[in-house]
Amino acid sequence: MIEGATWRRWVFFYVPLVVFVVSLLFPFYWMLITSFRPDSELYRPWSAPNYAPLWTAHPTLAHIKYLLGETLFGTWMLNTLFISVAATAISLFCGLLAAYALSRLKFPLAGGLGAGIFITYLVPQTLLFIPLADIIRNYHLGDTPWALILTYPTFLIPFCTWLLMGYFKAIPRELEECARIDGATRWKAMVYIIFPIAVPGILSAGIFAFTLSWNEFIYALVFLSSPEQKTVPVGVTSELIRGDVFFWGPLMAGALLGSIPVAIIYSFFVEHYVAGLTGSVKG
Amino acid sequence: MARVLIRNLNKKFGEVHVVKDVNLEIRDKEFLVIVGPSGCGKTTTLRMVAGLESITSGQILIGDTVVNELPPMDRDIAMVFQNYALYPHMSVYDNIAFGLKMRRFSHDEISQRVQEVAEILGIGDYLKRKPRQLSGGQRQRVALGRAIVRHPRVFLFDEPLSNLDAKLRVQMRVELKKIHDRLGTTAIYVTHDQVEAMTLGDRVVVMRDGVVQQVGEPLELYNEPTTRFVASFIGSPSMNFATVKVTEVDGGLWAINEGIRIMVSAEMGVRLRRYVGEQVALGIRPEDLRLASSDDPGQPGFDAVVEVVEKLGSEILLDVKVGSAMMVAAVEPTVRARVRDRLRLAVNPERLHFFDSRSEAAI
Repeated sequence: MIEGATWRRWVFFYVPLVVFVVSLLFPFYWMLITSFRPDSELYRPWSAPNYAPLWTAHPTLAHIKYLLGETLFGTWMLNTLFISVAATAISLFCGLLAAYALSRLKFPLAGGLGAGIFITYLVPQTLLFIPLADIIRNYHLGDTPWALILTYPTFLIPFCTWLLMGYFKAIPRELEECARIDGATRWKAMVYIIFPIAVPGILSAGIFAFTLSWNEFIYALVFLSSPEQKTVPVGVTSELIRGDVFFWGPLMAGALLGSIPVAIIYSFFVEHYVAGLTGSVKG
Repeated sequence: MARVLIRNLNKKFGEVHVVKDVNLEIRDKEFLVIVGPSGCGKTTTLRMVAGLESITSGQILIGDTVVNELPPMDRDIAMVFQNYALYPHMSVYDNIAFGLKMRRFSHDEISQRVQEVAEILGIGDYLKRKPRQLSGGQRQRVALGRAIVRHPRVFLFDEPLSNLDAKLRVQMRVELKKIHDRLGTTAIYVTHDQVEAMTLGDRVVVMRDGVVQQVGEPLELYNEPTTRFVASFIGSPSMNFATVKVTEVDGGLWAINEGIRIMVSAEMGVRLRRYVGEQVALGIRPEDLRLASSDDPGQPGFDAVVEVVEKLGSEILLDVKVGSAMMVAAVEPTVRARVRDRLRLAVNPERLHFFDSRSEAAI
């Protein structure tokens, strides 16, 4: 908290806070209000006398009905859910083992390997999708969920590994040593001691990985082509933008419904998640 | 119960040689304390006994088995760590029971043993709590309980009391001693605190730079240190040192420098004779210095100027200047001394220590 006079608190704390919160939440508000505005309001020119962009006099569920009834939105949601869960599970599993090994075991090139994994994370997806597309075609995985389930780990595993490595390093080595003296093998010490303590870190890695796969756009755009295979981000943008016509109502309704699962997951684990990011291990 | 034998133990971390040719025998049921300044290799030695650190060369035997290649779990030891290393996600009960569960003890046996240990340590009331809900002293007890519940052959302690406040440390020290007397398990205890070493150890090992300096019973180390390092490390306040020249006057030997002129006892004189004309280090324990009274003029003594007076209650520490050297004298609390007073200090010639200036070995 800022100490001192009231004006200081306003200038250095409340005003910046309000600016920050408003600019952060405004896009969500825009998305929400657009989803419920009738087309007549949405496409009204800004010079019209009754132009009111921040409010609606006639809220409607027409866009949501259209989205659910006239498009494959339900299928896209299920596709996205399946792909995200599978990719997250694979990445978390590999990331856990890799992070444990890199942070705890002494072996030649451990440092180099850790750096190497990080570097792979830095390779931009916009470059990587070209060779990956070749691989996907050779394995005949194009236009199946597996095209994404197997390619998402290319950026999720490095990400999970790095996040968890930091977390494992923060866990005192003595805990594991003590477990091993107590009669646990390295595997048991890892499963019974290190992993339970690392739960906040594992949760944050999982949530992040899930969100990244849920929102992923470019691989999904390239590797999936038929409408019934698409994920929410690709489905909504490819089916609701026709030519240069933007169907703003259903688009925003799609974005709104699409962000609900992520919002639920965040709010559910928020405490663990914050603890995981701040890396607090209480002894 | 077992003895532990350490033979020619060496440890190198890359180029750094941290433990050099350590040979120790820890007898069955003995409480051996390894003491030394930080970085002296004491913890590394302990960790090698535990199996947490690989051995560069040498052998470690627990009982009659060479354990060099055995993993920690197969050595039948228990270790208490400086930061307690309690498992934060488990209750006190589960913390203590963990080792037994790993070793597949029956449920009833585990429960019975945990209760027994909880009773010994007085932690029965908070078996259901998590470690973070405990105070430092309570955590320490749980860590101790986790070690003793397994009835291991050897206890290893790595500075277990150094995270406690001074009062609790003294209390736990006594308790640790009692528990050891009761269980009789062989114990190796590492500390940098010489008071802990002296009070707990049946025998004490002093290490420095990876080398064992001296092994002996506490009073043996105190009264007959074999090196200047041991002499200065053991005892609080630590021993006073002054460089003196050994001089022969009328057949008797004297230790002389600009402020000191002390006649050496006949017994010590025999050993000191070959140093005549050379500089040696003279060591005097603070409590062996006292104020010279007028009725013992025959006692050797020297003049000193008081610089600081530390009134501890049971005694007074006088920081005095003798010639160019600073010394500490522990005197009776009844002594009325003030800063800048000139005093005459006396010393018992039987209680002098001399050390070779080059090798630092006791003469």
